[in-house]
Amino acid sequence: MVRYRPSLTTAAVAVVAAALSLTGCSSSSSKSAAGSSSSTSSASSPSASGSSAAAAASTASSSASAPPVRDPNTDLVIWADAQRAPVLQQFAQSFATANGISVSVQPVSTDLQSAYVTATAAGKGPDIVVGATDWIGNMVQNGAISPLPLTAAQKGAFETTALNAVTYNGQVYGIPYATENLALITNTGEAAANPATFEAMVANGQAAVKSGKASEALAMQIGQQGDPYTAQPLLGSAGGDIFGTKPDGSYDPSQVGVDNAGSKAFAAQLAKYGEKGQNVFKRSIDADNAVSLFTSGKTPYLISGPWSLEQIRKSGLKYAISPVPGFAGLGPAQPFVGVQAFYVSAKAKNTALAQEFTLNYLTRKDVEEALYKVDPRAPALTEAYNDVSKTDPDITAFQAAAAHGVVLPQIPAMSAVWGPLGIAEAAIVGGADPNTSMTNAANQIRAAIAKG
Amino acid sequence: MTALPSERLARLSWPRVVFVGLVVLFAVLTVPTLVDKHSWTGVTVTVAVTAILAYVYLTPKRIAARFLVPGTILLLAFQVYPIGYTIDTAFTNYGDGHRLSQSQAVAQIEADSVLEQPGAQRYELSVATKTADISGAFVFFLTDPNGKVERGDAAGLTPVPDSEVTKDQFTGKVITAAGWHILTGIQVNGLGQRLAAFEVPTGGGFIKSVGLSEAYVGQFTMKYDAAAKTMTDTRTGTVYKASDGEFKAVDGSGKTLPIGWKVGVGFKNFTSVLTNAAIRGPFLRVLVWTIAFAVLSVLSTFGLGLLLAVVMDHPRMRGRRLYSSLLLLPYAMPAFISTLVWASMYNKDFGLLNKLFGTHIDWLGSPWSARGSVLLTNLWLGFPYMFLVCAGLLQAVPQELKEVARVDGASPFRVFRSVTMPTVLIGAMPLLIASFGYNFNNFNVIRLLTDGAPYPSGSSTAGDTDILISYTYRLSFGGQGAQYGLASAISFLLFVLVGLISYAGFRQTRQLEEVYAR
Repeated sequence: MVRYRPSLTTAAVAVVAAALSLTGCSSSSSKSAAGSSSSTSSASSPSASGSSAAAAASTASSSASAPPVRDPNTDLVIWADAQRAPVLQQFAQSFATANGISVSVQPVSTDLQSAYVTATAAGKGPDIVVGATDWIGNMVQNGAISPLPLTAAQKGAFETTALNAVTYNGQVYGIPYATENLALITNTGEAAANPATFEAMVANGQAAVKSGKASEALAMQIGQQGDPYTAQPLLGSAGGDIFGTKPDGSYDPSQVGVDNAGSKAFAAQLAKYGEKGQNVFKRSIDADNAVSLFTSGKTPYLISGPWSLEQIRKSGLKYAISPVPGFAGLGPAQPFVGVQAFYVSAKAKNTALAQEFTLNYLTRKDVEEALYKVDPRAPALTEAYNDVSKTDPDITAFQAAAAHGVVLPQIPAMSAVWGPLGIAEAAIVGGADPNTSMTNAANQIRAAIAKG
Repeated sequence: MTALPSERLARLSWPRVVFVGLVVLFAVLTVPTLVDKHSWTGVTVTVAVTAILAYVYLTPKRIAARFLVPGTILLLAFQVYPIGYTIDTAFTNYGDGHRLSQSQAVAQIEADSVLEQPGAQRYELSVATKTADISGAFVFFLTDPNGKVERGDAAGLTPVPDSEVTKDQFTGKVITAAGWHILTGIQVNGLGQRLAAFEVPTGGGFIKSVGLSEAYVGQFTMKYDAAAKTMTDTRTGTVYKASDGEFKAVDGSGKTLPIGWKVGVGFKNFTSVLTNAAIRGPFLRVLVWTIAFAVLSVLSTFGLGLLLAVVMDHPRMRGRRLYSSLLLLPYAMPAFISTLVWASMYNKDFGLLNKLFGTHIDWLGSPWSARGSVLLTNLWLGFPYMFLVCAGLLQAVPQELKEVARVDGASPFRVFRSVTMPTVLIGAMPLLIASFGYNFNNFNVIRLLTDGAPYPSGSSTAGDTDILISYTYRLSFGGQGAQYGLASAISFLLFVLVGLISYAGFRQTRQLEEVYAR
């Protein structure tokens, strides 16, 4: 399974684990569930908080006991994760009313991607599924989604990165509706926003710690297993990459870059700022506590995405969003740019309606803007984005942070990367040798890709 | 003595009649759905089970079978069938990228390869039938960007003069056509897969519908040759040949097409467990820790549980009820929550434990402390159960025996060792073996607490706290998506392993019982 964003929120883990215990461990990796749900409300559970864990587990028991079943009573069925489903229901409803049909958006809280793939193979899946673009490779190889014939004009209306993210093997497989990427979020009460370099940021952060305003210079989630998604901006800054690209710009799984010079330069920085060095990167900071460290004022800097905005706004802190700073003398940071998209099932019972909904309704500017209003993320449609960015500086700031971003790989080989690269990252931060760790990780990734 | 039919009926008690009635009702409700899905095995099984149950419960004989049959049926359905299915899957490559059958995969590859003809125009589409309903054949009325209308069917395009149709003044979509019924959007959608498969051939490609009122000119870029079993990419000319559940390029470049299919692979999954260095390498290390984890978990929980039970059992102990209920709290809390709370308590910089003790222990960060932490959490989760069991078993120790021993001058410890312990052990042994089996596969606690971390240098497949089940889970579902074939093979091997250990354990118990019985 694709481990999209390995931010293991307690909620997602509990949910998946409950499912695992009930299904005899036959479901697939929890990491993808963590990734998908993190897109909307990631890292919302502060560590050591029994209440949030309790809430998580109660959803776990209720959702795990009922595997998703297609609603048989409506014309058009859409599956989305639990956070997004209620929001989408309103849109689907206005489409349904206009066309005189009924529609239902069903929330799937446990591992949506694999639930969808399995249900579709059994002929019990929905007509449309909503998810991140790194699912595409796996859904295509399982024959679960169909290409969408967009017109040239429709394609041209989307942001280039968004269109690239839904294009796989030369086909467009999804309708993108929002882009998301990491940025640096600063508590402006504790440190200066928009530091020019990573080094300057660390210096600011350490000054804040020294003056007693904060206890950590930076909150960048790593955890015991590492977190390559969050590490990617800095990996890119040091000149490293995960996969090389083919001449047409798509990722080439045969060119693993994890042990190239740039990636090793990044590893050296990991060690330098790791627990045995400056102690800025810490394995004790993970997806569960990174955002709460920031909102509780314990750190002036947080590397996170638009999904944590809601929590930060609620805290009432004065914050500013700027690009993740690159290392001094090296390139700019290159965060992954991920896209949320709608896909039409290859086994849809209502293909015509599903195509009509995705191709002709979701591609409308007013619809993308309305989607933004309920789920504030940068719209993928250029015109909608231009409108929205006039009133929401946070969206513009996140978009600016993606200026040097790279598309989150959709190829299935990516699932072989998250584990080894993350573990290498955690090991280096903990004091292991940077070079051998990266070499080992690269070798394991190559072996896993060759085997698959 | 033969019973009259009326007597026989009278002997039928009403619970039995109601039960058989419910079974028949279930069958009546299920069979039409199964027939609908052409699931003939399902129909046969349902009918056979219903017939057997009806026969056994409605005839006066077969009294023993009344007790045996339901259990046997449930055993077959929920134990034997899953095991059989697992073994069956273990001999296939079933998993991500190999979920479809070969014909499905071929169809999907071709469907996914359809590209819009470069520079081709789009049509406004109306779907029409001769009759008002959608059961019969249908045709396309296509309006090109210049307003020219054509009728398309499986044979090709026929020009339609403007006099026979009326068009929407803005889009040019055909609204009425002489002699045809134009379908509404819902009717078009109702055509379902028939519409999806419908193509109007044109020069070099075909016209396909997209959405409810649009059509485009597409062309395949992948062509399947059923005789040669090859797939040809018409853009590059690359030929892919079907082998081992996927299409491989014949030019030796090693390229494969993304969609594969399910095939039997013989013992490959089993042999890869033995030959693949990534699997075999850490296997012994993981196995040793798994056994250690299971044994230590059982011993520690049982030890603490027994100790507490003995303390509570003391006649002069006050407030026993209160203490007992407090001790049972960990058992009452859902283990998922406890484990996650423990995980956050172990956090080196922000965790409760280090803050409480003022220490800087990297609980989950170094191999031995992580193993200790796992055992500690598992002890906390598991001791209340053992406490309950032991408290019950202590009641069963004959008081006379204890008194006799005391009269004979035995010390309290001696009484405990020679009288109490053997009695408790006989009762507890099967539970201890069950507890061992449970902890041997205690996926949750490992997954939620450490997920195998920390990992030794150069291995991302097996961490220092991984037990066999969490390790194989990562192998089967971590690296390259879900590999159900491999997972099934490993599950089967684990099943055999746990079976053997349990068998040895139960033999041991029987010997124990014989010893004490003397």
